[in-house]
Amino acid sequence: MTIKEIQEEIIDEFSMFDDWMQRYEYMIELGKALPLIEEQYKTDDNLIKGCQSKVWVHAELDEDKLVFTADSDAIITKGIIAILVRAFSNQKPQDIIDADVEFIDEIGLKEHLSPTRANGLVSMIKQLKLYAVAYQTQLK
Amino acid sequence: MIETTLDIQAIRKDFPILQREVNGKPLVYLDNAATSQTPQQVIDAIVDYYQGYNANIHRGVHTLSQEATDAYEAARQKIQKHFNIAHPYEVIMTSGTTDSINLVANGFTSFLKEGDEILVSAMEHHSNIVPWQMLCERTGAVLKVIPMNLEGELMMDEYHNLLSNKTKLVFCNHVSNALGTINPIKEIIDAAHHVGAAVLVDGAQAAAHIKADLQALGVDFYTVSAHKMCGPTGVGMLYGKEEWLKKLPPYQGGGEMIAEVTFEKTTYADLPHKFEAGTPNICGGIAFGAALDYMNSIGFDAITQYEEELVEYATEQLLTIDGLKIYGTAVNKTSVISFNIEGVHPYDIGSIVDKLGIAVRTGHHCAQPIMDFYKIPGTVRASFSFYNTKEEVDKLVEGVKRARNMLL
Repeated sequence: MTIKEIQEEIIDEFSMFDDWMQRYEYMIELGKALPLIEEQYKTDDNLIKGCQSKVWVHAELDEDKLVFTADSDAIITKGIIAILVRAFSNQKPQDIIDADVEFIDEIGLKEHLSPTRANGLVSMIKQLKLYAVAYQTQLK
Repeated sequence: MIETTLDIQAIRKDFPILQREVNGKPLVYLDNAATSQTPQQVIDAIVDYYQGYNANIHRGVHTLSQEATDAYEAARQKIQKHFNIAHPYEVIMTSGTTDSINLVANGFTSFLKEGDEILVSAMEHHSNIVPWQMLCERTGAVLKVIPMNLEGELMMDEYHNLLSNKTKLVFCNHVSNALGTINPIKEIIDAAHHVGAAVLVDGAQAAAHIKADLQALGVDFYTVSAHKMCGPTGVGMLYGKEEWLKKLPPYQGGGEMIAEVTFEKTTYADLPHKFEAGTPNICGGIAFGAALDYMNSIGFDAITQYEEELVEYATEQLLTIDGLKIYGTAVNKTSVISFNIEGVHPYDIGSIVDKLGIAVRTGHHCAQPIMDFYKIPGTVRASFSFYNTKEEVDKLVEGVKRARNMLL
């Protein structure tokens, strides 16, 4: 599936929920199901700055596709990074660079997009895209 | 029921913001240690200033300037009276506690030499650590820490052992913003003076709850931020004993702080203007005075007594939640409850209770050393004011329980 298709799938899933509580409960579930980063990659280098909770992201290339794994010590943050990993992992770096992130708004997490928000969703997206830029250069 | 002589419902009507909703729920504002809300009386003082007599002070002969100067200086006198300060010129108007501390730390540069010691308490806010570290870098002085115990109380025996004739300055908050501990500042001040050291007490967190008598305390410097006591942001005060303020060099150069300027030499103005360069926050200063009037019209004895009962009730109720642990259990504490639930990140609790309209702070509260001491990433902090109610405490407890059920 393309990033766009995955994002639409996520929007569909979230559209089933009427209120914030169900959305949060679903995010918590997603967080718990996140494919965890290997312990050896939970280093300060892989820590995303600008988050009130700790978020680690690791990226590695599988042929021409970039695979992300992540973890966080806060479960809601883990849910958010799980959504991002699902949308962007296993994709070509150039597609990750080009992808837009408006689906976050559409699934009712707009408030998390504020640059001052302490969970640093903006920092997470930036970090994923930075990895894509780095690996894109490597692929060339 | 909490017994109080205060009419809390009438008081709440003074605060327009308390009528609003957040996420469709009535706002429950429990982040008072970060900033307090503003009563209509203070908002009116701000509006009156801009509508009626906005002018620059201390320099104009015209009527507006006179009126603004009178109101600003009247505010200084209100601060003087409130904190029982000997002279109005010992009240330096600043932009707040951080500014006040930096003014003193900067001034001490010329008084310290290599090997001198500065003592700071282990429960300081970052703004109370960094200026002293910078001062030590400039002078070669050494920063030493007065340790605390697990309850969040300073270890006074250790403090007395740390004091020596090398100690030049002792720095401590009156009340800890992260734990709520009320520190024994009278004992700290007296002991420091015994070895000839000056004492700066940060009253930012105390001022909304405790009316400090600065002459009785004998403290050398005391700092306050207006926005923590129903006033506006960006204004505060530094109290300094006259002898110290005369010795300290000016902090910033500019208008207002000079007596005479030529290109060869400038002579500085008398106190307090020597430390008040440039056009000050005139409106903020006047509103700070209005905030003191407002709080005094309610009465600090009644405020203290009511808040104590509210915090006691909140502590009892929160402790009924499984796995909840409170950090900071000092015998003397005020208005702050810092807590975590076992296995849950404080950020998650904060995010969920926000959805219920409840404002609490999560994180390290700009006091990372305290979090390192307890080996935790942060806490959830509920901090109370006299306008909070028992019903709001119940909503907090319900919200935390709901968060716990969702998260575990």
